[in-house]
Amino acid sequence: MSSILQAKDVVKKYGDYTALNNVSIDVPKGSIFGLLGPNGAGKTSLIRIINQITAPDSGQVLLDGEPLQQFHIKDIGYMPEERGLYKSMKVGEQALYLAQLKGLSKKEARARLKYWFEKFEISDWWNKKIQELSKGMAQKIQFVVTVLHQPKLLIFDEPFSGFDPINANRIKDEILQLRDEGATVIFSTHRMESVEELCDHIALIHKSNKVLDGKLTDVKRQYKSNTYQVGIGAADNLQLRSMLNEKFDVTDADFKSINDDLKVNIQLKNGDTANDLLSFLTSKGQVNHFVEVIPSVNDIFIQTVENNN
Amino acid sequence: MNHLPLIIQREYLTKVRNKSFIIMTFLSPLIFIGLISLVVYLTQLNKNQERTISILDETGKISEVFLTENAQKDEMTTYKLLTGITLEEAKKQVQETEEYGLLHIRQMASTEEIARQIKFYSEDSPSQKIISKLEAILSRKLTQETLLQNNVDIDVVKNSKMNVSIGQETFTGERTSKFINYSKLGFGFAAGYLLFMFIIIYGNMIMRSVIEEKTNRIIEIIISSVKPIQLLMGKIIGTSLAGITQFLMWIVFGGILLVIISFVFGIDLIGSQAAEQQALLAQQGADVNFQVQITELINSLPIVNLLAAFFIFFIGGYLLYSSLYAAIGAAVDNETDTQQFMMPILMPLILAVYVGGFTVLDDPHGTVATVFSYIPFTSPVVMLMRIPFGVPIWEQLISILLLYVTFVGTVWFASKIYRVGILMYGKKPSYKEIFKWLKY
Repeated sequence: MSSILQAKDVVKKYGDYTALNNVSIDVPKGSIFGLLGPNGAGKTSLIRIINQITAPDSGQVLLDGEPLQQFHIKDIGYMPEERGLYKSMKVGEQALYLAQLKGLSKKEARARLKYWFEKFEISDWWNKKIQELSKGMAQKIQFVVTVLHQPKLLIFDEPFSGFDPINANRIKDEILQLRDEGATVIFSTHRMESVEELCDHIALIHKSNKVLDGKLTDVKRQYKSNTYQVGIGAADNLQLRSMLNEKFDVTDADFKSINDDLKVNIQLKNGDTANDLLSFLTSKGQVNHFVEVIPSVNDIFIQTVENNN
Repeated sequence: MNHLPLIIQREYLTKVRNKSFIIMTFLSPLIFIGLISLVVYLTQLNKNQERTISILDETGKISEVFLTENAQKDEMTTYKLLTGITLEEAKKQVQETEEYGLLHIRQMASTEEIARQIKFYSEDSPSQKIISKLEAILSRKLTQETLLQNNVDIDVVKNSKMNVSIGQETFTGERTSKFINYSKLGFGFAAGYLLFMFIIIYGNMIMRSVIEEKTNRIIEIIISSVKPIQLLMGKIIGTSLAGITQFLMWIVFGGILLVIISFVFGIDLIGSQAAEQQALLAQQGADVNFQVQITELINSLPIVNLLAAFFIFFIGGYLLYSSLYAAIGAAVDNETDTQQFMMPILMPLILAVYVGGFTVLDDPHGTVATVFSYIPFTSPVVMLMRIPFGVPIWEQLISILLLYVTFVGTVWFASKIYRVGILMYGKKPSYKEIFKWLKY
């Protein structure tokens, strides 16, 4: 899979403060890429460099293999976290203006806006002023404006903030559809559940450094601890527990079950496999529940950040 | 991608369609003309007040001058001669009849002493204009009396009075005079003040326009599509065009109103001014043939050069100062933070108008005037003041070049500040901070 965007050893300093310290990321074409990190980690600095709002002090950013240039603006759609629209301008006029700034002709922009406005059932907003709309309504316009020029690369900074659950879902579906149509999406968010749901690649930036990146499944594999969640019924659960304690690292687990089982998390020691554990367990009692514990993005996030502090 | 026309168009349309802009476009000339009419009306009201001045003349020969045709020219003042009563009685009488005042001329040994002892009694402080007029009439009369006493023929004195007005001419044959010089300077002052007004009115508008993106939080979206320098340039040009539109509307609309008011209310707004000025000139004793002077003035002015220079320097000066306003807008994120930066902007402009005015009058081609006509922040005013006195074209071109290069430089500087300033919400900038931003 080729990359649509590559950042190589990007450094950005504001006076004495280093916002990005040799950060490299590689965004595969057609992926949904989660750019994660605590507040103030440097995500927005990186996004601003990709959007050519600021320039890196050193390092390089390639879009589709070419160093970033002015004309790439039309290939990128950006919805910043701090977002707004001209309050006293009419919706339609404003959308046309912003689309033209992205290089669309007026005619083309009008036709595409018609399509999107019908899709979102907001055609009757055309002549309203932004200040007459609610925040969620304005966000919809913002989304339309971001994707209107059909950019290869879409960058969303906290896209769901300000949306109610129904519209958030709507936007999520639109993003997935855009991905299916060939766009690549970079996502910057704190909401781990949406990362879990949408992203196939992630990069974690912490204190100006990239501390983790890769395909989400690879990352998870890397972070799994060979732990299994087990529900087992034996004649004497207490005796079974002490037996397990001798052989494995065991902690209490909590999950829903209709059986009166012993519920534990069991971490394998070096050399043991899941099969070894399972055959041991089946010899001691009735195994009703056996699941590998896969770390959530949230766990990985917190763990990585704490390790790096 | 060049988005400049698009940005200019948006800025212009947004400004022009703005409700308060439309209201002010039509309301301002109304208010302005209304005020002028009121002032003119009130002045005339004052002038139309009839008054009676009683004169108690103990000498019996001075007061007759007030009954001559010359003194009676002012129909609003009536003179009444009192005879056969004392000063105290006269005072009482004037007070009772509520007349304007009492002029008392005491009998003395010599005209010199008489002149020193003349007094005017009134209820309140009298108008200085009346006093001056009385003084003029009395001194003329007393001079005559003195001459008569010394057996001097008054006609001889009258005829021997000479007025000197030195005719000025350059070696190339260009004629000038004091009147022409003052008129030339007047032109420069007018241009300077016009620029000053324009900057104060519309500079703020540009500043607010630059802050607009920040308050609306649309800034990151815009700035990821266009370069800051394009955005600022578009804002400055778009807003300036809106300003020029409004200014032209004011002139047209105000002109129409002026004509209507003159006709309807019969108040001669322009005529009275011109007449007064002419009278003033005549009074100064200069033997002026107004018509000839005007023609000479027009002939001596480099009209084409002047008009061209006016447009180029006016626009250049305006653009330069508005780019400074834009820089302020770029540095702050709300209007209340702008105060501390205002004074430094207006200082050079005020300096230009005053210093420029004095030095150009003193010597149009002196060192100070020349230097100030090169400095971009003062050149639009000072150079316009100098040009009527003849400035070589190459000097003007250098000054223009400096002005426009500085303008582009300031916009660049502003866009530098803008790029960083936008990314820091809620941080109040200091000069030190801004200097740091330039290095980013």
